[in-house]
Amino acid sequence: MITLTHYLVVATIMFAVGLVGVMRRKNLLMLFFATEILLNAVNVALAAISNAYQDLTGQMFAFFIIAIAASEVAVGLGLLIVWYKRKNRLDLDELTTMNG
Amino acid sequence: MFESFAFYFFSIVVIGSFIVTVMANNPLYSLTSLATGMIMISGFFFLLNADFLGVVQIIVYTGAVMALYAFGMMFFDSTKDVKEKNPSASLVFLLSGLSALLVVVIFAAPMISPLDIQMTVGEGLAGNIQALYPMDTEVINQAAVLTGAEPITQVINNVQSVGMVLFTKYLIPFEVAAVMLLVAMIAGIILAGKKMDKSLTLTSEDEIQEKGIA
Repeated sequence: MITLTHYLVVATIMFAVGLVGVMRRKNLLMLFFATEILLNAVNVALAAISNAYQDLTGQMFAFFIIAIAASEVAVGLGLLIVWYKRKNRLDLDELTTMNG
Repeated sequence: MFESFAFYFFSIVVIGSFIVTVMANNPLYSLTSLATGMIMISGFFFLLNADFLGVVQIIVYTGAVMALYAFGMMFFDSTKDVKEKNPSASLVFLLSGLSALLVVVIFAAPMISPLDIQMTVGEGLAGNIQALYPMDTEVINQAAVLTGAEPITQVINNVQSVGMVLFTKYLIPFEVAAVMLLVAMIAGIILAGKKMDKSLTLTSEDEIQEKGIA
């Protein structure tokens, strides 16, 4: 019997994997992949809780998270392309123009 | 039985492919394993009776987001491995400690919280929390009841109930999200498509600032 706890444990492990990715990556594109993992982990948790309470509100929030993730990718990838055209690499350590 | 098997299969595949995404040095491997994980996550949604969410997951994530990344990879040199500076040992120690602490806190939070309710997926929670928008609604044909005929009960499936909630209670957030997607689309087109004919790497920083190319 699979309970809510099983799903929440899986979502937590996915979130931790995404967090490790965010912390260890220096390449901006790979950093974006890790943020997608974080958003998906939260979506799984929301859907599981929605099913446990037999309430649709959790699914609604998951839809809006998907919409926000899609727009984040569109804007972020545009910025990455502009940055790559200028610097020819996508290193986080080079984003130091506001460093004074 | 089937549910347990499907759950464990999907969790192993999803977590494995996400670990590959996080650890791989080649962007193409990373992208492919991320797409695999996204498709497998939709399996969770189908198991959780969220059919529409599962379909949206496949269409939006693997259809749109992954395709967008794949097109974006055409601008970057994706064949060479990403060289990243290895962080120092103390930093690795700190980061892994932080993520382990986070996992412990997330697991311990329900035990500390006063809400002690038996949680079972599928049977509903026996607490005093009433579902505002119940997932499966049975509608009895009122006209049949009045005329004394056999009442027809109709079970509304997930897609129908999602539509009903989304276009009543969440109509304004839905429209705001639509406007936000439009803004993001225009921003993406302008950022990626502007001055496609000029190479920004060959122009000096002062020239870019002067002419306002990027």
